[in-house]
Amino acid sequence: MATVVRDHVDLDDASTARAALVRHMSARATTHALRAGGLAAALGVLVLAALLSLAVGAKPIPLSVVWDALWHFDGSYDHTVILGLRGPRTVLGVTVGAALGLAGALMQVLVRNPIADPGLLGVNMGATTAVVAAIYLFGLTGIDAYVWFSFAGAALTALLVYFLGTRGRTSATPVRLALAGTAVSAVLLGLTNGVILFHDFVFQEIRFWQVGSLAGRDLAIFGTVAPFLAVGALIALALGWSLNALALGEDLAAALGARIGRIRLWTAIAIVLLCGAATAATGPIAFVGLAVPHAARLLTGPDQRWLLPFSAVFGAILLVLSDTLGRVVLPNGELEVGIITALVGAPVFIVLVRRARLVQP
Amino acid sequence: MTAIPLRSLRVGPVALRLRPRVLVSCLALAVLVLAALTACLIVGDYSIPLRRIPAALFGSGERLDVFFVRDVRLPRALTAALVGAALGTAGAVFQSLSRNPLGSPDIIGFTAGASTGAVLTILVVGGGMLSTALGAMLGGVGTAVLVYLLALRRGVQGYRLILVGIGISAMLGAVTHYLITRAELTDALSAQVWLVGTLNSREWPHVAAVGIGCAVLIPFLLRLGAQLRLMEMGEDTARALGVATQRTQTLALLAASALTGIAIAVSGPIAFVALAAPQLARRLTRADGTTLVASALMGAALLLCSDLVALRLLAPVQLPVGVVTTVVGGTYLVWLLYAEWRSGRA
Repeated sequence: MATVVRDHVDLDDASTARAALVRHMSARATTHALRAGGLAAALGVLVLAALLSLAVGAKPIPLSVVWDALWHFDGSYDHTVILGLRGPRTVLGVTVGAALGLAGALMQVLVRNPIADPGLLGVNMGATTAVVAAIYLFGLTGIDAYVWFSFAGAALTALLVYFLGTRGRTSATPVRLALAGTAVSAVLLGLTNGVILFHDFVFQEIRFWQVGSLAGRDLAIFGTVAPFLAVGALIALALGWSLNALALGEDLAAALGARIGRIRLWTAIAIVLLCGAATAATGPIAFVGLAVPHAARLLTGPDQRWLLPFSAVFGAILLVLSDTLGRVVLPNGELEVGIITALVGAPVFIVLVRRARLVQP
Repeated sequence: MTAIPLRSLRVGPVALRLRPRVLVSCLALAVLVLAALTACLIVGDYSIPLRRIPAALFGSGERLDVFFVRDVRLPRALTAALVGAALGTAGAVFQSLSRNPLGSPDIIGFTAGASTGAVLTILVVGGGMLSTALGAMLGGVGTAVLVYLLALRRGVQGYRLILVGIGISAMLGAVTHYLITRAELTDALSAQVWLVGTLNSREWPHVAAVGIGCAVLIPFLLRLGAQLRLMEMGEDTARALGVATQRTQTLALLAASALTGIAIAVSGPIAFVALAAPQLARRLTRADGTTLVASALMGAALLLCSDLVALRLLAPVQLPVGVVTTVVGGTYLVWLLYAEWRSGRA
């Protein structure tokens, strides 16, 4: 803005300068309006997806009945199916999808690496290891038993990775964080493989858990993870401006007055809360956190203040639609949402990547 | 990082850059590889003293010695060394090309393709070793070609290649997971063992396969090394310095993919060697660019040492070596990062 004004003052024509400034401001306002409109449209799509998720399943239910069930619940079979079975998993799908999208966007800017996904801080591997421990050492089975183990495993691992990734007295650097995450994940992967390959009953449990699914989750699980997700999301959205500064590079960010160490720490905390809680609820779901921010970036550019909400909404849409599709794609039984997100999301992602001018994080 | 003293060796028109630290590290790694190879021949439930090894190698020792050394332990150890060298080199090339420390054969979908191919073969055909290797090879090459073609658009842009590779890998990973959740427990377990990567009962044909691959492809990649190092400075700079970037990139990608493919077909997708070996080599040599020789030696040393641990840790139970590479390599990398953290360097 300042440059716009100064260039024209050199021409000694104040009115031209004023006109240029007005043009610039209005162009910016248009962009903002467009983005806000886009976000509203995406939210609309999300509502439709959620309604679809309530209506579609082994027993298809017309949308009008879904609407009735939402506003005038009468205890009939259809209404019970909608609110008792499909309701919780839709709610969980929306929140977990949004959390994964947000966490992915945060992760990619934190380590400044397009391949970064929430698994990179060791979150997924930490959760898996803790669940393996729960089965192997304590003989626990069932999603309810796994939730706390998986959350604790995710959080502890991520903390370890973060402190390994910080060097000496200064803050974490992107490459070190990424390497620390990979190293710690590798150790854990080896340990879990060592256990599951020699203990059939652990493998039998873990091979289903590690796909990631929304099936059979009730509202109690949502209640357990929701507070963590909410706090994580609030931190993430509040970080928008700071992350923009961080994306400029360490020196520029410091010159702008951003406290790099503190921003990185808060970003890491948000990732642990979002991703740890999401993984605890559904098991590790790959690809959403990785691909969604790239898709969102095509619309928003690198501005984190817009990128974060777009990533959240896109993640939620992807997960809810994938879950819905997974219920009807097989003649009987259903396909886990973790499989569908990859099978459906990846081709779309590749088309996007091929078509568009890419924006790097 | 301290500056490396620059020295050069001139013989007539040829000048070689001498980097003492790189040279010493490579020699030390080579000694380590030889020591580990020897240890692999000695150690086992039937332990053979070092002085009886030479006789056994030349076939003049006791019959049991000759059998264990020549038919069981030597092929296994050589497979480990060669697979390790192949993975280390390929990893260094991928990291150099993608200018990304996380770059590995995984990012172009090769590993995912090979895994899906092999798991499909194991579950559908029933896994003989040859058919599994064939399935892995077909899956890997097919996927790599597909990713390359999808990323091709007015030349291959590194960033696009990575993203397309991620997309395809995710799809194939989902297919593999699906196959594993729907299979019988025993079949799923044998597929899982293959996925972890193992060197158990590898024999001379395996050595021959991976040996020929290394003998052809590693020298080829070493010759590209100088161009690769220039390309790390950015494609425009490299082009200005006279590097045919597109050609170098394509050739290096093809050769590194083939090298990975052979290694995976022989031993399964042993995790982490391709990713860790170049990073460890770089930290050991303190070189400012990719060092292919050191990465190859580091890969070989890493896999040999891991195999020793895998053989002896829970003997007589033999762990799949992939379990150990991840734990050993991962712990070493964690320790390195911790050491740097303590000294406040890096």
